[in-house]
Amino acid sequence: MDRPDWAPGDIDLARPSAARVYDYYLGGSHNFAVDRELAAEAVQLWPDLPRIMRTNRAFLRRAVRYCLASGIRQFLDLGSGIPTVGNVHEVAQAVDPGCRVVYVDLDPVAVVHSRAILPREGRTAVVHGDLRDPDAVLAAPAVRELLDPDEPLALLMVAVLHFVQDADDPAAVVARYAEEMAPGSHLVLSHATHEGRPERAEPHQRLYARTRTPMRMRSHAEVAALLDGFELVEPGLVPLPRWRPEVGDAADDHPERFAGYAGVGRKP
Amino acid sequence: MSRPAEGIPEPRHRLGLAALAGRGAVGGGAADDDVTGHADVVLGFALAWAEAVAGTSYVSMSRSEVEQHLAGLTRQLVTALLAEPFDPAPAREVGAAMVAAHFTGTETLTRTVALLATDLPARLGLTGDACPGRERAVERVAAVQGALAGGYAEALRQRTLDEQEAISQAVFVARDQTEQALRASEARFRAVFAEAATGIGVGDVAGRILDANASLLDMMGYSLEELRQRNVRDFMHPEDAASVWRLYDELVQGQRDHFRVEKRFFRSDGEVIWTHLTTSLIRDDRGNPTYQVAMIEDVTDRHLLQERLRYQALHDPLTGLPNRALFLDRLSRAFETGGRDGRVGLCYLDLDGFKVINDSLGHDVGDQLLVAVGQRLDACVSAPGRLVARIGGDEFIILVERSGSTQDVVTIADHVLAALEAPIRVGEHELAVSASIGLVERPVQGTTPADVMRDADITLYWAKSDGKAKWALFDPERNAREVARFTLSATMPAAIERGEFYLDYQPLVRLSDGQLVGAEALVRWRHPEFGLLAPDRFIGLAEETGQIVPLGRWVLREACRQARLWQDRFGSRAPFISVNLAVRQSRDPGLVADVAKVLADTGVEATRLQLELTESAVMGTADEPLDALRALSAMGVRIAIDDFGTGYSNLAYLRHLPVHELKIAGSFVEGLRASAADGSHVVDARIVGTLVSLAHALGLGVTAEGVETEAQARRLDDIGCDSGQGWYFARPGPPDQINRLLS
Repeated sequence: MDRPDWAPGDIDLARPSAARVYDYYLGGSHNFAVDRELAAEAVQLWPDLPRIMRTNRAFLRRAVRYCLASGIRQFLDLGSGIPTVGNVHEVAQAVDPGCRVVYVDLDPVAVVHSRAILPREGRTAVVHGDLRDPDAVLAAPAVRELLDPDEPLALLMVAVLHFVQDADDPAAVVARYAEEMAPGSHLVLSHATHEGRPERAEPHQRLYARTRTPMRMRSHAEVAALLDGFELVEPGLVPLPRWRPEVGDAADDHPERFAGYAGVGRKP
Repeated sequence: MSRPAEGIPEPRHRLGLAALAGRGAVGGGAADDDVTGHADVVLGFALAWAEAVAGTSYVSMSRSEVEQHLAGLTRQLVTALLAEPFDPAPAREVGAAMVAAHFTGTETLTRTVALLATDLPARLGLTGDACPGRERAVERVAAVQGALAGGYAEALRQRTLDEQEAISQAVFVARDQTEQALRASEARFRAVFAEAATGIGVGDVAGRILDANASLLDMMGYSLEELRQRNVRDFMHPEDAASVWRLYDELVQGQRDHFRVEKRFFRSDGEVIWTHLTTSLIRDDRGNPTYQVAMIEDVTDRHLLQERLRYQALHDPLTGLPNRALFLDRLSRAFETGGRDGRVGLCYLDLDGFKVINDSLGHDVGDQLLVAVGQRLDACVSAPGRLVARIGGDEFIILVERSGSTQDVVTIADHVLAALEAPIRVGEHELAVSASIGLVERPVQGTTPADVMRDADITLYWAKSDGKAKWALFDPERNAREVARFTLSATMPAAIERGEFYLDYQPLVRLSDGQLVGAEALVRWRHPEFGLLAPDRFIGLAEETGQIVPLGRWVLREACRQARLWQDRFGSRAPFISVNLAVRQSRDPGLVADVAKVLADTGVEATRLQLELTESAVMGTADEPLDALRALSAMGVRIAIDDFGTGYSNLAYLRHLPVHELKIAGSFVEGLRASAADGSHVVDARIVGTLVSLAHALGLGVTAEGVETEAQARRLDDIGCDSGQGWYFARPGPPDQINRLLS
């Protein structure tokens, strides 16, 4: 894409960006004072946040590896954000360099940055797009060139659907993507929840109202509904650290503290 | 996506930790020999290290991968601690490698340094003052800690700077791309604005003109600077529809978002251009009216073409005068705008004898003559409120839209006739022309354009038939008469069938003894609309239209039917019947057969029928009618000459004609009244006497018409006149009157 399709208002450094805040939680420096301020306030309200974020990132890594083990070699990562560490293509191409990965994000700065550091071997691409518009995303040239619709795909919606409001009908969005996925494809999903720590969740959601992507945390039932039509792989929709922990990962007595559900569904 | 984390062993190369601990797989330069004996130390410390830093940083590794990674770094640390001579530098690389693997949480460094101070030296037996070389163990440990921390700090600083640089660069690029796109978009719009063939102008809502493109400047003939000093309202044109500026006011007040009109503008040079104007309102973010954008398309050429087509549609191509369509349009408008008191006048003009000129000198000369006439009319008539139009052939019409009085159109007609007096030169021909003009002038109230046109046409016909080269003024009474005539002629055939005609009979009396000898049948029309009509109202008309033949046939048959009744009732005392024969009837080839058939059908003796003809019918004709008269005469029918003395009878010729009776016109008889004091009766008496003598000399009988007094009757008898007819004896009346006189 030679011409960006975002408006100047999308690049507003007076506003925190969810992608840059996430980067900060993961220990990155791809962020600005305004992002760090929001993160600091959030951490003050909810000291576990950085750990929750890291747990989420670890889930992503484990889920990608699970998909790889299931034979999947193409990935569509919606809401990929600022690539700090442990990105999908790194994880995937470490196992098989032939893996193809397309990142999609709404944040123009995240997109430009991703492009700057993306290896130019032609198996990864970044699309500036809004995941809420599945038809536009699926029609993007990079998606059409890199991803084979007849081959199983891993659709990654990791810590992103809680930025989709009910008015935008996230279930319909997921269903639309699912429609285009070959049988055997996987949906990798993690989602913030207020269940477990409702007193923390509420002010946290309010903080994100400052960004261009306000939050909508959902209950277990609501998140499960998003996976409608997929066969959940073991262990189902569970707290973040409980999803297929790796050997040596510290067991946690209070996994609900992690304030997020994770699950992987397989399209029959 | 991030820099590939150097030093992270790829999963496919994952080896057993114990094997790794004993192998120099990681880091540079360290002597494998120093570490070989400490494989268990390396393994143990790596596990403890991994446990200590767990959860302090996010690294994209599983726990076992972390342990592997840290084992490699441990080997470097061991090497540095034990090396001879001592060099802590490799510990710097370990610090840098931690950052590279994204052990970027500062708690990771804190715990690493703490563990390095206690755990590793203990595992290596480097405690207290134990000295592997010249330095004391604590000094070596401190130096390695410092090097690791320094390397970590430098790498983290560098990574932070790199990432800050990268994210700032991303912002810059994203903005730059956005701005480029904006600039490109702006340039495109600028190009659209600048290059558009349509004129585009931008103004504020107060009407100040802010910008205009080249097309608009070109169209209006102003420079941008000149235009900027003007207000939109300065471009008001006096002929603008009122709606234009109402729409404009609504727009700038935000009550509408655009409007589209046709509008005229004055260019800077005063020339008028015709445009299609579309004006749109631009609002700010809060919806307040801010700017107006006008798109102006110059349609002057199209307009002029339309005007030309319109002109062509409304003008006569030969003379350039308005044509019938335009005249009728203006006439209608004169009616629409005339109000209650308005009057309108028409002069409908037709050249006399134009066809002769056209036929003899050719159409080209005829056309040039029409052009010249058109010019003269235009020159002598055209004025505001007057229109000269050519409405076809050699017909012209002058419309006086607001006539003051009838005198106005009469004056115009006089001027026109005078203007045409001078001969018109066409090529080598000096053509004398004249025109006939029908004039109509009246209030518009109570009439219609179609009425005045029809009346003008009629009046022109009158002028022509009245003798040409003159005007005639429409006369409603004359018109009414003509209308009635027309109505009568149109309804006559049906009237015969419906029995609207009937006959009166006037006695013819023998003067010597007052004996009733005959009866003249006189036709009457009991018209359902006009009442009882005398023959003078319809006989002439019937002659013109030819209706006289069937009517005359009916009269003859009806009169004979009555004669038969008298014949049956009175025998030899029965009167003969006298029937008038119109000129046209006398020339009808079927006359003789008709008469014979009627006589046969009714059984009336031929000698009891007298046919009255005028002098002109008998004298001024060719041979055929005379043959008919001779044939009738041969049948026994009597022939009388009616109104004798009023025509130009060739008296010498009378002797050759099949005539039996002369009826002396009432005008001569009138002079025989005793009361006439002026002595004219003496002259008339001589004339009548001469006529009677002449008639008797030729063997003809004489009947005097119009006998009104006893004195007249006596004188006529004295003169020797045979019979009389008139009010003195009896007025025309129904058959019963005759019956009574005979009974």
